Amino acid sequence: MRLLLNKIILALSLVSALIGLAFLGWILVTLAIKGASAMSASLFIKDLVDNGLRNLIVGQLILAGLASFVGIPLGIVAGIYIREYGQGSKYAEFIRDLSDIMMSAPSIVIGAFVFALLVKPFGGPSGFAGAFALAIMMIPIVINTTDSMLSLVPKELREAGIALGASKYKVIFNIVIRAAKVGIMTGILLSFARIVGETAPLLFTSETSNYFTLDLTSSFPSMTVSIYSLANEPEESARDLAWSASFILTIMVLLINLTGRYITRNKK
Amino acid sequence: MEKIFQKLSLLSASLVFIILIGIFTTLFISAKPAIDEFGFGFITDARWNTEVPLNQSNEKEKQTDTLKEDTTQNSVSDSDDDLLAEDEDLMGDDEDLDDEVATKTVYGGLVPIVGTILSTVIAMVFAVPIAMGIAIFLAEMAPKKISIPVGIAIELLAAIPSIIFGMWGLFYFAPIISETFGGYQVSLLTAGLVLGIMILPFMAAITRDSMKTTPDILKESAYALGATKFEVIKDVIFPYSKVGIIGSIILSLGRALGETMAVAFLIGAVYNLPEKITDPTISIPVAMAVNFGEAAGLGESALFYLGLILFVLSFGIISFAKFYFLKRNKG
Amino acid sequence: MPVMNIKNFSFTYAGVDKPSIRNINLPILKNKITALIGPSGCGKSTLLRSLNRIHDLYPGNKYEGVIELLDFETNKYENILEIKKENEFIKLRQKVGMIFQKPTPFPMSIFDNVAYGLKIAGIKNKTEVENRVEEALKGAALWNEVSDRLNKPAGGLSGGQQQRLCIARAVAVKPEVLLFDEPTSALDPISTGAIEELIVELRKDVSIAIVTHNMQQASRISDFTAFMYMGDLIEYDKTEVIFLNPKEKQTEDYITGRFG
Repeated sequence: MRLLLNKIILALSLVSALIGLAFLGWILVTLAIKGASAMSASLFIKDLVDNGLRNLIVGQLILAGLASFVGIPLGIVAGIYIREYGQGSKYAEFIRDLSDIMMSAPSIVIGAFVFALLVKPFGGPSGFAGAFALAIMMIPIVINTTDSMLSLVPKELREAGIALGASKYKVIFNIVIRAAKVGIMTGILLSFARIVGETAPLLFTSETSNYFTLDLTSSFPSMTVSIYSLANEPEESARDLAWSASFILTIMVLLINLTGRYITRNKK
Repeated sequence: MEKIFQKLSLLSASLVFIILIGIFTTLFISAKPAIDEFGFGFITDARWNTEVPLNQSNEKEKQTDTLKEDTTQNSVSDSDDDLLAEDEDLMGDDEDLDDEVATKTVYGGLVPIVGTILSTVIAMVFAVPIAMGIAIFLAEMAPKKISIPVGIAIELLAAIPSIIFGMWGLFYFAPIISETFGGYQVSLLTAGLVLGIMILPFMAAITRDSMKTTPDILKESAYALGATKFEVIKDVIFPYSKVGIIGSIILSLGRALGETMAVAFLIGAVYNLPEKITDPTISIPVAMAVNFGEAAGLGESALFYLGLILFVLSFGIISFAKFYFLKRNKG
Repeated sequence: MPVMNIKNFSFTYAGVDKPSIRNINLPILKNKITALIGPSGCGKSTLLRSLNRIHDLYPGNKYEGVIELLDFETNKYENILEIKKENEFIKLRQKVGMIFQKPTPFPMSIFDNVAYGLKIAGIKNKTEVENRVEEALKGAALWNEVSDRLNKPAGGLSGGQQQRLCIARAVAVKPEVLLFDEPTSALDPISTGAIEELIVELRKDVSIAIVTHNMQQASRISDFTAFMYMGDLIEYDKTEVIFLNPKEKQTEDYITGRFG
């Protein structure tokens, strides 16, 4: 009886695992087939107006890159405060909790916030607004990884530095950060991967554009937002374009993720 | 230098607090007109963009509304043309009234609130057992040769942008569901299931991590008493990692609640209270995604009101999960 | 009379070429305490963990030779290395209990911890469970300390109490053999004394094998001692002989503290 129950439950969990994996496999296979079949060099040369994706790929990377430019330093420095300067204090704990909560805040709400802050007063969507929304999403993620990576640095290392007469600032920069460097790098890559695939915060901040532009003060090409509108168009060709864009986006996200994992594994 | 950097780091950390306060107040100020107009009754009012005969007319607002629509049409999708038809019929009836009596437009949040909650519930009912199965499989059953690559695959899947789940759901999953269960291709059911599939890898990965915190020696001592694998899981691993597992589930729930893109393609985006599980409806994030570009005035404010409700709701749920985690850290 | 017989036994961990312990021949005598001593890495824990095949939780390990266990009902020896089915594993582990280096209270109440083994052994009668729990807690010299808080979580006990609780839990299912894997290594001297006393006390009901890195402990409580070194069994004899008059030079060097 016990053994039978054991077998049944284990079989059930195996089956549910298989079901779950089958769904996820189904999605990936669909994506690969639909995406790869429409893949061609012209996608990377032409812009969306000419049924290409060049402006979208560049635009999405600029938005995410700009967000990182602001979000990464702020996140790292804030993470340093939480783990090093504020260590153990009520305020640091409070900020850490808030940041964790903010990490799970609905991204569409962040989009709405930036819309009210930067789009409405300035009379329209802009690349800046989109990048700002992504930066807000990114900061708590970077804080979280910096915090946990710094926590892995043994206490003795800090004490040894202080014992040599180094200032706290010197200890943090010359010893602690150096020891946690690889982990923080990985964290940065993973958080970049996370925001580069975001759609909701960009829907009404950067919106998207069919043309190639580097002008951050008007609506800015975004791959994810374009996928959303292309997928809703009736023509087959638009949908194919959406699949190709999704495929490229997924490959990008997965590659960045794998790179992040690879460097951690290698340096350890 | 030391002092400057310390201040700087304190400032960056405080930025989190400032941003959160900023989000809250901005949403609140933007939602203020709707809050003043509809009060808490907003939450239980099932009408959206409905004109009712009253003394005050909102003619002006209607005009700006349509103007804005024209200018943003090309960038904002009109995914739900066919489904909105039903909604437009309703409006059509009201427009007749418009000519004769003074009317005002009423916005109520009940439909998106119900849609958000129901789609999340469906997602959780679907995802929790399967995620538990995957977590048990990875943490306790599979040999290392399988559990390591499958574990990495699951973590990678958790990183895939949600819009891709939505697109797959619309083109491949929805037709099958509507064939099996009847009803529309876009419905509460399809949206909930795709949402469930989307949070599955995330939930499975963090649940597995919680289960793995059970010390080997504790499992061994249960086996040493002659326990079966299921008994070890039920009596040792689950009780030991209970707090973490509940935390993972709540965290996933928070994610599902605020998810936009996986649902936007599939829920139908009509302001209809669903009578059956296969009816189309709308959720808060989708209402914002679909209507924001074309809304103005009170309509826009009502959307901010919805956003505020969603923000407070998810803030509450995540804090609750955090509270659980914290209790564990201290224990 | 030996309750277990280890014959020509070798054990190889998964993914390793060479066996970690080689060609061991050793009896575990009935109602006696057998101590396994030796420097760390000598294979004493590996050997102990083979006796209830707890190694099998991790796949890929290799056993060679024979380990016999006496079946008290039929009075015949069975080779436990031939076990393949799950229900036979369960029976083996109910006959051969184990106590670990660190206390391992399950995340449940004190009572439920001790009753756990009974429950999974299929004993459902409430009075019987209660009697056996009380008996086991008394046997583990813990009853007086916990009888008024049996429903409190076991995690609230001190380390020494937790370890005695684990002993009570193992004793409650009435095993033939109890394996102790350095049971006092995580405890303070006073708790250690209590556990040692308890082990000696338990000898009248159950046969015991204990791994210890503490030679004084082995000499204080065991009847027989086996000295292992680098995966080999160097010497096995009565404890007095091993400690006072060892035959092998290596044993003498270890006992007198010249290495290890």
